Amino acid sequence: MDQLQNYLFIAAILFSLGLMAVITRRNGVAVLMGIELILNAANINLVAFARFGGMNYSGQIFALFVIVLAAAEAAVALAIVINIFNNYSSINVDEVSQLKQ
Amino acid sequence: MNIFIQFALIIYFLPLAAFVINIMFGKRLPRQGDWVSIGAVGISLILSVTMFAGMLLDYNPDFKVEAFWRWIHLGAFNIDLGFLIDNITITMLLVVALVSTMTHIFSIKYMEGDPLYYRYYAFLSLFTFSMNGIVLANNLMLLYMSWELVGLSSFLLIGFWFEKDSASTAANKAFLTNRVGDIGFFIGIMIIFMYIGSVSYGDVFNGVASGELTGTLLTIAGIGLFMGAMGKSSQVPLHIWLPDAMEGPTPVSALMHAATMVAAGVFMMVRLFPIMSPDALVFVAYIGGVTAIFASVIAVTQNDIKKVLAYSTVSQLGYMIMAVGTGAYIAAFFHLVTHAAFKANLFYGSGSVIHAMHHALHKKHDDETDPQDMRNMGGLKEKMPITHRAMFISTLAIAGVPLFSGFLSKDAILAGTLSFAVHHPVHFLLPVFGFGAALITAFYMFRLIFMTFYNEPQKPELIDDIHESPWEMATPLVILSGLSFFIFFTLPYFNPFSDHGWFTDIIHARDSLVAGTPTAHEIAEGIHHSHFPAMLLSLFVAGGGIFLAWQMYLKKSWSPDSVSEKYKTLYLLSYNKFYIDEIYSRYVYTPVLKLADRIAFFDWEIYDKYFINGFGRVTNWLAKLTGKVDYEGIDQGVVDSFGRNTRRAGKMLRSLQTGKLQTYMLFALVGVIFIMIFQVV
Repeated sequence: MDQLQNYLFIAAILFSLGLMAVITRRNGVAVLMGIELILNAANINLVAFARFGGMNYSGQIFALFVIVLAAAEAAVALAIVINIFNNYSSINVDEVSQLKQ
Repeated sequence: MNIFIQFALIIYFLPLAAFVINIMFGKRLPRQGDWVSIGAVGISLILSVTMFAGMLLDYNPDFKVEAFWRWIHLGAFNIDLGFLIDNITITMLLVVALVSTMTHIFSIKYMEGDPLYYRYYAFLSLFTFSMNGIVLANNLMLLYMSWELVGLSSFLLIGFWFEKDSASTAANKAFLTNRVGDIGFFIGIMIIFMYIGSVSYGDVFNGVASGELTGTLLTIAGIGLFMGAMGKSSQVPLHIWLPDAMEGPTPVSALMHAATMVAAGVFMMVRLFPIMSPDALVFVAYIGGVTAIFASVIAVTQNDIKKVLAYSTVSQLGYMIMAVGTGAYIAAFFHLVTHAAFKANLFYGSGSVIHAMHHALHKKHDDETDPQDMRNMGGLKEKMPITHRAMFISTLAIAGVPLFSGFLSKDAILAGTLSFAVHHPVHFLLPVFGFGAALITAFYMFRLIFMTFYNEPQKPELIDDIHESPWEMATPLVILSGLSFFIFFTLPYFNPFSDHGWFTDIIHARDSLVAGTPTAHEIAEGIHHSHFPAMLLSLFVAGGGIFLAWQMYLKKSWSPDSVSEKYKTLYLLSYNKFYIDEIYSRYVYTPVLKLADRIAFFDWEIYDKYFINGFGRVTNWLAKLTGKVDYEGIDQGVVDSFGRNTRRAGKMLRSLQTGKLQTYMLFALVGVIFIMIFQVV
């Protein structure tokens, strides 16, 4: 049971779910949550490769950095979402299409 | 620098400065700037007199100073411009300065009130400057440049009253006729330059002496140079411009006929005599002889006082040229100097008469009568005593009466001609021309005097309004009358029948440098032997001419009308100037104009129309074609379509740009998937 492919499998499922959320969810916060999922899938991969690849603890440390970055990213992204809400009175990402013009 | 060179530089450039000042500021200067020009030539005269005095004190026949300045320097090819000052130069400088100063003074009253007064003085100064260049030059280049400047200034002055049609035509005629001679002159210079490689007199003389240029080529070069003199000194057949040049103001005629323009040709021949080949000299002698007799015959029947004097000048120039041709070129120069004084005086006299006539006619409001026609004069003797005496003295001089300067110089020329004919009996015609012209000259000059000053007035109503001219005009008359006496030319000796004097003492003939010509000594010897018979003969012909004129025009024992009736053909020939102008008009101008017409026709109708225009049309057509290719092929096909297609692509791709975040994400995902697939494959 303690095999690399199991971890990779779990990570792939998590990545797919995250991607699914990012692409399909219309709620801005849900999109952010999808991004968290993608990041965590990457973390699982990093830790798993570190554990089974004989790379000491660099993978775990990398994962720790990613978690810290994800926290920072969440803070910034939520600030953007709040600004979007202030401008559009909605956090629906579909409606934020000013780039088109 | 030598003091003579310094003086010469001042003499040379002062009139030029006066010209520049007057042409630019003359109008705004007080008295319209005539004092600038008069001052310039006045100083020139003082300096010339000083140089002349220096020459007389020195009394050295070999006196010679030369100075030159490099003008063009191209490696081995150099042209130096410079001055050559010897006794001939100094004498001629004095003549030019004297006559020029007299002309300037005379013109004050003569040209008074002319709207272009300042310009007239500017041109007079330019004329003096140009002539001094010819006199001072030590090389053919400066000579040629000054030569052309003289041509230009004569053009400006002959055509001074250019609003008169006849004056501007006469100016053109003078200029164009001179051009014909100048072409020959230029060819002569070029031949010399080609074979000797230098234009300075010294090098040219050395080159000819050492045989670098000999035979036929030297003759051609000599005749070429002489052609220039034919134009400037108005020898047959290029004499036609000079009588017409009377259209200029009379003082200009005096300047031109005495010291500047026409003297240039003779002066050049005197300068270049040593390189004239014997064949060229025979040609020169005959042209001169024919001119002398031919012009004097015409002068007999002319009624315009200035025309008579003009033809008289032509005839006297013929004399000088003939003397050069026979080798007596110092006699020619002597006659040039004496002639300058009395001919200038005659022109001032005629100017004075015309001035008086003009004013009298003006008072009567008579515009019809010609103030220059001698048939309207007569009886002016009492009214214009100074003018009368001055003209009478000059007439005696030109007729060759003893005690006057003309006798000495004319005698020398006739002796030279006679001696030449004695040595070469083939050329017996030359002395015949010479003595014949002397006879006719005496006749027509006294005819002029008698018709103008003696007899009953032809227009009695005018005679009360005729007055002697003011002092500005009388002074030159008095001075130049004085210079018509022999004494000024024979000092320090006193013998009216011999030309022995300072002139013959310090101006010596040079040997010709061409092989086969007699030396100066041989020529002088020959002249010496012919001197006495020539003198007797010339006294006889002068007396004969005066007697004839006296009989016909004063005593009226023979009526001139009946004589002209009797020799009608000859009279008409002479009166119509041997129809030379008509002959030129028919056989030269008309064919030339016709030819020009033909060429113009060819040029316009054929060359321009078919060749030039055809070329243009083809070019036009080609341009249209390339224009079409450019516009439709390149612009529309390539350039525009590039833009059009870019736009179309943009329109197409635009729909992908939804502005929705998730769509972009999807694209990124699809892209990644594609990359992965291709990576694997």
